[in-house]
Amino acid sequence: MTYLPKPKLAHPELQKNDLGFTRRDYEGSISTLCAGCGHDSISAAIIRACYELSLPPHRIAKLSGIGCSSKTPTYFLGNSHGFNSVHGRMPSVLTGANLANRELIYLGVSGDGDSASIGFGQFSHSIRRGVNMTYIVENNGVYGLTKGQFSATADRGAKNKRGVENMDEAIDMVGIAIQLGATYVARSFSGDKNQLVPLIKGALQHQGAAFIDTISPCVMFNNHDGSTKSYDYVREHNEAVNFMDVVTGRNEITVDYEPGTTEIVRQHNGGLLKLRKLANDYDVTDRVAAMNFLETRKARGEIVTGLLYVDPDADDLHGFLETSDKPFNSMSDEELIPGSAALEKLNASLR
Amino acid sequence: MQPTDISNPDYFHKVVDCQWACPAHTPVPEYIRLIAAGRYDDAYMINWKSNVFPGVLGRTCDRPCEPACRRGRVEEEPVAICRLKRVAADYKSDAILERVRLGRAPSNGKRIACVGAGPASLTVARDLAPSGYEVVVYDSAPKGGGFIRSQIPAFRLPERVIDEEISFITELGIETRYNTYVPSLNGLLDEGYDAVFVGSGAPRGRDLDVPGRQEAAANIHIGIDWLSSVSFGHIKTIGRRVIVLGGGNTAMDCCRSARRLGGEEVKVVVRSGFEEMKASPWEKEDAMNEDIPILNFMVPKTVVHEHGKLAGMTFEKVKAVYDEKGRRNLVPTGEPDEFIACDDVLVAIGQENSFPWIERDIGIEFDRWGLAKVDETTFQSTNPKVFFGGDSAFGPKNIIWAVAHGHQAAISIDKFCQGQDVQARLPPDTTLVSQKMGIHEWSYDNDIRIDLRYKVPHLEKSKALSSIKDEVELGFDVELAFKEAQRCLNCDVQTVFEPKLCIECDACVDICPVDSITFTENGEEADLRTRLTAPALDLTQDIYVADGLKTGRIMAKDEDVCLHCGMCAERCPTGAWDMQRFLFDMAQVTPIATVAKEGVAA
Repeated sequence: MTYLPKPKLAHPELQKNDLGFTRRDYEGSISTLCAGCGHDSISAAIIRACYELSLPPHRIAKLSGIGCSSKTPTYFLGNSHGFNSVHGRMPSVLTGANLANRELIYLGVSGDGDSASIGFGQFSHSIRRGVNMTYIVENNGVYGLTKGQFSATADRGAKNKRGVENMDEAIDMVGIAIQLGATYVARSFSGDKNQLVPLIKGALQHQGAAFIDTISPCVMFNNHDGSTKSYDYVREHNEAVNFMDVVTGRNEITVDYEPGTTEIVRQHNGGLLKLRKLANDYDVTDRVAAMNFLETRKARGEIVTGLLYVDPDADDLHGFLETSDKPFNSMSDEELIPGSAALEKLNASLR
Repeated sequence: MQPTDISNPDYFHKVVDCQWACPAHTPVPEYIRLIAAGRYDDAYMINWKSNVFPGVLGRTCDRPCEPACRRGRVEEEPVAICRLKRVAADYKSDAILERVRLGRAPSNGKRIACVGAGPASLTVARDLAPSGYEVVVYDSAPKGGGFIRSQIPAFRLPERVIDEEISFITELGIETRYNTYVPSLNGLLDEGYDAVFVGSGAPRGRDLDVPGRQEAAANIHIGIDWLSSVSFGHIKTIGRRVIVLGGGNTAMDCCRSARRLGGEEVKVVVRSGFEEMKASPWEKEDAMNEDIPILNFMVPKTVVHEHGKLAGMTFEKVKAVYDEKGRRNLVPTGEPDEFIACDDVLVAIGQENSFPWIERDIGIEFDRWGLAKVDETTFQSTNPKVFFGGDSAFGPKNIIWAVAHGHQAAISIDKFCQGQDVQARLPPDTTLVSQKMGIHEWSYDNDIRIDLRYKVPHLEKSKALSSIKDEVELGFDVELAFKEAQRCLNCDVQTVFEPKLCIECDACVDICPVDSITFTENGEEADLRTRLTAPALDLTQDIYVADGLKTGRIMAKDEDVCLHCGMCAERCPTGAWDMQRFLFDMAQVTPIATVAKEGVAA
């Protein structure tokens, strides 16, 4: 099989963003995933989000582990930094990179195998440390690269392609992320970019650990009747709690919205999230209520999507550790290696 | 919007912009693929069937296809369709002789007269003769071709090309009566013809009407008459300083011919602005490359003569002023008139129809412009036996229109002679076949790249200007032809959507390089056009709408800048998108077997 590159020719009216880039400038190589893979739609959503936020591609670092999902950073942001790490180890590489250079925008891309099985511990700890990142899990509920065995996020009772039922309880990545202290938590669906793109934009602007669980149907092994992660099933059971818009500086909100229907959340860095409520009683900043709501709705068989929890005043690992404002690469040798006297002084302070 | 009816042949035909724009509806992408495959004979036959004069048109066509070409909308310039057509003619093999010998059905006893041996008449003759018609072609000139031969200088169109393609037709068993002027249509009808086709062109050049014109007549020439005399070798020289009046292609042929016959200072003077000139841009460019300035916004005022001999002309300088209705008026600028000295003037300010040989009492109605009333579909005049086509039908156009008229008139004459309803037209022959060969494999080359138009090599300028006969354009060689052919987007390979198979995964939306595809809620067209992935602002380009999706949304595809790269079909997991080759073949009197329908895509 040969994969032709996507033609460079673009629509003659293609718009440019504030940096003078078109959306096409945020693309990567042609995808070699199966045709129709939900992951490709998520790649397209990431491209749109970065383009719309006018992020400089060279200020973004995309990191991933192993799996179908972890292949995708090749397919977007071709001019950004990338690190394809060991299976399940993306979170620690990301954490290290983030500590060394806090000025980059960190985008972790992982899958349900990479984050809910082999890398479950890494996922948990990067979240509870509050690493400033956007952590996207492309969740299809199966191991696509090894022909479709159930993954740890497959729902109990879901059937595989051969009709065999899954007997294990599913790990709910969103529930875990909220519990472990993620300060921006969302769930979305690869088949609904209108919802997904703003959620990614909000996460990229969030100061702290942002986590997005994106249900992404595996067309090859998990898109049949009996699957709970197929295009049809997700569309049928999707219950969005809100619809979000990210408002950037240029078009700040000036209109007053009818109370109770629209909620404005101002994030720490000044970015505004405009939330149109779909579930009336849902308070997006109430962590405990969010957990209750998720459990209640899950019991009813609903897939709750939207922005589920946000702490607008969140801080991140650098804030907790009171690290230097400067990235290592801009420090002089003297700053990086202060010498034995400084070490002595430090040791003395701890005695 | 209503779902698109893709079974209507016009829908996909319109997507093939070049073919749709071509008056003869030649299947352009099909022959371009054949050229890329080195199958020049097959490419020639597709052209020959459709436009009868591939070698001639490949050098001289007005190219309505090129401004329509989709490559021109997504890149800078269209595919060099016209010059690729020439490649098919240049590189065809001798085996073509067998293929253009169509054979002849036994005589059906019907006799048809064609007046004029130009492209319209010859097309009628070619279409009718093989079915058994006895066709007689009259022309006052010593050879066939009409304006093809008399008006187009040999340095643009060598005589051998004309001779060859005319012989393909006359050898079908057509009687030619050259050097025979038809003085009376009534007389012709009295000879017992079952039908007469008038393809006598627009033979009268418009004259200049300014003071001094008559006094200096010896050195003032009507452009088309002068070109004709040059063509037949009656005129071999011209003065050193020449003014050419007029801004059409005839003016361009006049000035370039004058440069080759001794004109050293040749100037073209036009009333209008440079941009509004009727000449094709490439012909203007060729003239300017031969050191011929084009002076615009200058209106002829007087012819200056001394001792009965032409001395020059004065021109009034004007500017274009547009009134509130957007109409243009040329208003004097008030600057002093400009005098241009010259030895000869060529007047190429238009041509007109002229039918002194048609009696006004034989049932043919004329309008107030002196044109016969002709049905635009059937080309029949108000005398049912008499049909018109080419320039003599609706005034001066160009060769490809004459050919298109000829095909339709031939259908009408056939129906008329067989006692059938002339108004009932024949439907086109269409096929729509999947091009899928395997995963990521198509039977056409879908690797679309940014690829700028290749230039046709030209004869060295000093050499070109020293001969009236040496062809200036050398034509693409095989390698350049292949490269240029690869620029074709294969717009006839259609994106065909089957909603029942679609799972709405967005793969096609994400991959489409030109944002043509949208899944959205249905709405009125005006509203829908604004809601697409990329707004569809070109209203001449259709939106392909399909309903029947599970979510109740519609698929809307803007045909405008689709690259036909097949990425949507490659990324579609269910085969809801397929790339299918759409062949649209205009009906003709005699179905001519060209190439087998199957397996033509290379």
